[in-house]
Amino acid sequence: MANIHPAGVFDTTYEQDMSVDRTARDKLWKNLAFVALLLVPLASVSGPLELGWISDQYVGLIARISIFVIAVQGLNILVGYTGQISLGHAAFMAIGAYGSAIMARELGFSFWTALPASALLTGAIGLLFGLPSLRVKGFYLAMATLAAQFIIPWVLRYPLEDLTGGPRPLSVPAPIIGPFVAYADDELTDGEPFAFQAGDPYFVDVISLELTDATAYTVVELVNPAGDVLPYGDVSMTVSRDSAGNITRLTYIASKAGEYQAVVRAEAGGSFKAVVRRSKALSFATDIAMYYIIVPLAVLLMFLARNIIRTRTGRAFVSVRDNDLAAELLGINVFGYKLRAFFLSAVYAGIAGCLLAFERNSLSLYAFELDISIEMLAMLIIGGAGFPLGAMFGVTFIRILQEAFIPFLRPWLADFLPQLFPFVDAVNITSAINPIVFGGALIIFLALEPRGIAHRWEVLKAAWKLRPYAY
Amino acid sequence: MPVKLHVDKISLSFGGIKALNEVEFQVNAGEIFAVIGPNGAGKTSLINSINGFYHPQAGAIIFEGSDITHMPPYKRAALGISRTFQNIALYTNATVLDNLMAARHIHMKTGMLSGALFWGAAQREELAHRRRVEEIIDFLEMEHIRKSIVGTLSYGLRKLVELGRALALEPTLLLLDEPMAGMNIEEKEDMARFILDIHELQGTTIMLIEHDIGLVMDISHHIAVIDFGVKIGEGAPAEISRDEAVIAAYLGEEEH
Ligand SMILES: Nc1ncnc2c1ncn2[C@@H]1O[C@H](COP(=O)(O)OP(=O)(O)OP(=O)(O)O)[C@@H](O)[C@H]1O
Ligand SMILES: [Mg+2]
Repeated sequence: MANIHPAGVFDTTYEQDMSVDRTARDKLWKNLAFVALLLVPLASVSGPLELGWISDQYVGLIARISIFVIAVQGLNILVGYTGQISLGHAAFMAIGAYGSAIMARELGFSFWTALPASALLTGAIGLLFGLPSLRVKGFYLAMATLAAQFIIPWVLRYPLEDLTGGPRPLSVPAPIIGPFVAYADDELTDGEPFAFQAGDPYFVDVISLELTDATAYTVVELVNPAGDVLPYGDVSMTVSRDSAGNITRLTYIASKAGEYQAVVRAEAGGSFKAVVRRSKALSFATDIAMYYIIVPLAVLLMFLARNIIRTRTGRAFVSVRDNDLAAELLGINVFGYKLRAFFLSAVYAGIAGCLLAFERNSLSLYAFELDISIEMLAMLIIGGAGFPLGAMFGVTFIRILQEAFIPFLRPWLADFLPQLFPFVDAVNITSAINPIVFGGALIIFLALEPRGIAHRWEVLKAAWKLRPYAY
Repeated sequence: MPVKLHVDKISLSFGGIKALNEVEFQVNAGEIFAVIGPNGAGKTSLINSINGFYHPQAGAIIFEGSDITHMPPYKRAALGISRTFQNIALYTNATVLDNLMAARHIHMKTGMLSGALFWGAAQREELAHRRRVEEIIDFLEMEHIRKSIVGTLSYGLRKLVELGRALALEPTLLLLDEPMAGMNIEEKEDMARFILDIHELQGTTIMLIEHDIGLVMDISHHIAVIDFGVKIGEGAPAEISRDEAVIAAYLGEEEH
């Protein structure tokens, strides 16, 4: 795409010509948009300022849009810029989601290490499924990636059932920073209940019990404000044991407000030394807190992708897409760059998957099926494949359509559609409203603007910048 | 003069068709070497074999003394072999500038990570190569089209852009497949001047395929003639124009 200069603005240096924001005004708009995005939760009903200007549901909506913008931008790198195809993008998200959840649950990884680790894991598996691109293109490559869409969820569901819970939902702990402020140490004695008060949803209490010198088998019981004894498998709890299987350390993040109780008991005649330490950590258990992880990360990843695309790697991607023979002649290792694109695309999917897991606190395999892969491709096409903002436009458009426009039209459609299709059972029609509108939007775009919203946007922007001269 | 390229008895066939049959010649460093021959003689197949798109069934390609017969094309490009296509293979949806920048690939280092951050070294590198590309654009007198989308340009200009892209690789061996085909007289003269300038200013070894015999005689130092995949003559332009077999197969046919 040729860059179009605003009337009266000329580049005097190559730096200026290469920059993404041509004028100070471009930059200002972008920064304002970013700041506005960051202010949304503050203005929401349950925001800390209790302003109530914006309904809480929009906080979650923007966060979920941002997660899918990340995923679809990954797809954009692969499909839009490198000209490969993937029907398995949702499966790659599943690796990021389940990978990070298992790292957090089983290996005691914090969110901050699980995020890059699961992203790299997803990238590596993406690379693996990119190998067929050495030999096949187009339709056949689509089939090969479709294999990923079937194999990955199957592996997560059956062979890894012990870790993933199979078809059952899997809970995921909230991200925390810390614990960093220790505020009390106490010694516990056998059977004596120890109670403490937890409260703040942002600045949560972390209780950690340390057991030493146990002469017999000891048990630790932690009771939450509802009176339930918490199981050792609870996602907010990490337990370490010695070689004999005795608990040596137990850490629990108390994100619910109320009184907690801890009791340590030794078997008859046994003794132990137990110290309980309470400290504070910053928690991201709320929608608003997660928003501040997800949205800036999405903006950062869009920025990084934009830079990759406009430098050497991106030019190689586009060369492979537009003419792979000529790319080879320019010294570009075509297969190597296809693999890089598969890797990068999967890394983005993995990050999106991980964010999804930690945002929802609960994971289910149904969120990563084939229809989601196809939906993401449709979002990319509608938004504009091969445009830097294509993913953002596509996801936002479809999500607003699904979450605001369709609910609004639903009563009318529920009346109208059965008249249009009198031969179909009315019940079936109502349940099909979502796909009908989605499919309709896709057909309209393919027919009228196959290059997507981003292309329209660039045309409009160019026209605006060239004013007052139309040509 | 040292030997730049040695095509050592290569044979290439497609099914029943023998496109090349034990073709052998040497190109000396720093010369303009022309290959002529009638349509379908195997000239393009020869260039494709040198640059690695085709794999001869027999024989070897020796570049600067090392055997590159089994090397993939992208590695040969990195060694300094660059080419243009008879039927132009540019990125038609991109600007002239972007086409040339893409050809700086082998001279750049920025990887995915440093490119993503676009700080320091990556930014300086981008700038340095942008300057180099602008020099090539100036050299080929294409300043006025540097931001044009290639697909909107005339055929003659596209040929020029493709030459620019081949030059952006900074090759030491440049393979030109009919660079003047389909051009008008004026464009042909410009192209001939550019080829001579590249040869003179950069000392690039050039292998040229061209049908315009007058022009070939004028600008090349050495000529090989092939017909039906067989080399039927080789020598300095003056020798070639006297060679009986060549006249019969090719020059004669041109003259009526
Ligand atoms: N990829 C291919 N598959 C099958 N046959 C081929 C292929 N490439 C070339 N040939 C055949 O090899 C022979 C030589 O073709 P080539 O294109 O090398 O000739 P040329 O000398 O470049 O001709 P022209 O002057 O028309 O460009 C022709 O008979 C052609 O049909
Ligand atoms: Mg040819």
